[in-house]
Amino acid sequence: MRPLEDYLVIDFSQFLSGPSASLRLADMGARVIKVERLGVGDICRTLYTSNLIMNGESSVFHAINRNKESFEVDLKSEEDCEMVRELLKKADIMIHNFRPGVMERLGFDYQSVSEINSSIIYGEISGFGNEESVWRNKPGQDLLLQSVTGLTSLTGNADSGPVAMGLSIIDMLTGAHLAQGLLACLYRKAITNEGGLVQVSMMESAYDFQFETITTFMNDGGALPERSVKNNANAYLGAPYGIYQTQNGYLALAMGSIPVLGKLLECEAMLKFTDIKEAYDKRDEIKAIIAEHLLTGTTEKWLSKLEPADIWCADVLNWEQLMAHDGFKVLNMIQEVEMLDGYKYETTRCPVRIDGELLTSSKGSPKLGQDNEKIIKEFNLKSIASA
Amino acid sequence: MRRPLEGVLVLEFCQFLAGPSAGLRLADLGARVIKIERPRTGDACRQLSIKNLFVNDDSLLFHTINRNKESYAADLKNADDLVRLKKLISKVDIMIHNFRPGVMEKIGLDYTSVQEINSKIIYGVVTGYGNEGPWANKPGQDLLVQSVSGLTYLSGSDIDGPVPFGLSVSDIMCGNHLAQGLIAALIKRAKTNQSVLVEVSLLESILDVQFEVITTYLNDGGKLPERSAVKGSAHSYLSAPYGMYATTNGHIALAMGDLKLICSIIDCDITDLYTDANSTFENRDKLILRLGETFKHQNREYWLGLLESNGIWCAAVLNYREATNLDVYKSLKIEQQLNLGDGKHIKTTSSPLRMDGNKLYADKPAPILGHHNVGINEEFELN
Repeated sequence: MRPLEDYLVIDFSQFLSGPSASLRLADMGARVIKVERLGVGDICRTLYTSNLIMNGESSVFHAINRNKESFEVDLKSEEDCEMVRELLKKADIMIHNFRPGVMERLGFDYQSVSEINSSIIYGEISGFGNEESVWRNKPGQDLLLQSVTGLTSLTGNADSGPVAMGLSIIDMLTGAHLAQGLLACLYRKAITNEGGLVQVSMMESAYDFQFETITTFMNDGGALPERSVKNNANAYLGAPYGIYQTQNGYLALAMGSIPVLGKLLECEAMLKFTDIKEAYDKRDEIKAIIAEHLLTGTTEKWLSKLEPADIWCADVLNWEQLMAHDGFKVLNMIQEVEMLDGYKYETTRCPVRIDGELLTSSKGSPKLGQDNEKIIKEFNLKSIASA
Repeated sequence: MRRPLEGVLVLEFCQFLAGPSAGLRLADLGARVIKIERPRTGDACRQLSIKNLFVNDDSLLFHTINRNKESYAADLKNADDLVRLKKLISKVDIMIHNFRPGVMEKIGLDYTSVQEINSKIIYGVVTGYGNEGPWANKPGQDLLVQSVSGLTYLSGSDIDGPVPFGLSVSDIMCGNHLAQGLIAALIKRAKTNQSVLVEVSLLESILDVQFEVITTYLNDGGKLPERSAVKGSAHSYLSAPYGMYATTNGHIALAMGDLKLICSIIDCDITDLYTDANSTFENRDKLILRLGETFKHQNREYWLGLLESNGIWCAAVLNYREATNLDVYKSLKIEQQLNLGDGKHIKTTSSPLRMDGNKLYADKPAPILGHHNVGINEEFELN
């Protein structure tokens, strides 16, 4: 039995943050119905990356919305709204990520929904908060959130300028946080039958992500993070922490004593840094020495010297190399899913295992409105005029 | 307000970041979290400082990750301590650990053994790379996991070589996934009244972070991501104008948007580079460079004013000093103060979640090693 079996989630959200939360709930066993706009649907359906179109829709839409159903409605039609309200009466969780004010206008704000279903758990994602926020009307887009929260000053080298993390990390974190809040409320509901309101903003999630570095900043007299000149992997850590080029590839080195490493790598110049503080204070000098030395041998050579000594190091792989490796294969991380029309595609599975079970699911993403008929019948909703 | 996890008791046999960050989340949601730590040294994070910052005897880093918890010092190799711990385990809801595979089996606190002590335990395990295969015994360290996962080929520009994320992103996401799994397990247990095993690994978590782009890769004939050669580009799979641009006094960021419209607003001629929407992918690097030529002539405020008034998605690129001075930073009440007693305080961030309209503040600081031994021995009658 999956933990969320028999729970119903009604998801009005679009793009990545909200839908990534409902994907997690779906993999944990909940039934997720996407409520999508008539004729258009989740805008993510046409948000293409690398121009790849899969069965008429974007690859990211397929990744984010597998294992869900689609209910296509016109929220400007009173009849359709009535159907959605009927559906919400049966729901355990509702999710949306509209900008502040939109759900109030549509009559699906927390107040209104809890009047028709007092034990509903209502999840809401905003970019920069709701009524309390002076930025409530700004677009909550991932790169913009990375930019305004200082995150782009942590990655890359000192002279790189701002460097973004190359995927929608804030969206994903916000979705992960929302899922936690919804799950916690669902547990409370199982005990007390109370509903609840869970709110998270992308800005707060972005700072939670940086809780270590921002706390350091706040308690360090306001000194800004300084990335190392080369081979930076963390602005706050000393040498050798970073990725280095070798004769035939790259090598990642985490923490480790510089002279110990020097001995293992047979690098004379590293032996003199015996004071542990120098690893941070002289990190640019030390990193330059390591970088020059590692160029003289292959990645395999260095690994063969370091790994037996239990030094924290690793090869640097791309996806092709990773997926060819037994260390990856043994995880069974890739699953194949199938859409109603028979179209199949490969994607990753849920990263959490429960009772030893991989939470896979063969159900692909839904075509817009594909489940209308079934849902109307099953929940005894009135038929849609346009259907 | 009743916090959702009130009444839930958690034992945290974890060190460093992944496991303890899950413990912190559960604590802020209302659970009581007790760290089980080795006598004398404790969680190794107590001595792992960044920039040599310590508060009292422990690193500021430890304080940040372990606020709102208690500490119980116990030696897992000492028979008496183990008896006490087993008694304690029999009374808790959740226990989590991040030892390497095999360690808990040797001590006799693996899942099967613990089920015999507590048939309703929720048992959470964090590993680096799972329990099987050639990587099972490798150290589960964030940078190394990033490095083998392909993640380092997504940021920066292609001349940079691999660029890791400048934060412990695998640890943090794995902690988030563990917290999700543990709470889901609580829900399952409420129905079945039986123990649940929850397992996560840093590698699976960092692969999940890449689920969109890996799905694209898997269905695009195995074409590897191609980062732009241009500084400031921000996503190897997104087309121009997505990225960051230098102005006379700092950078601005542009999200996805109608390139032709943007160029007409900022008065940048791209007619030679733009034939149709496909051009934004095909000529990405040239277009980003061209836009950069225009943006460098005016200041940040000028461009943001112009673009925002036309509804274009853009933002200033800020450092921590600027970011923490924003009005919105203050209005969201992101900071909280931890009360260390003796008049000392630490400023840190609060939980990102709001429950029933309330922030989940908690001013309880990280515990001194073994500070709660006496109280816990008494409360749970362990002696």
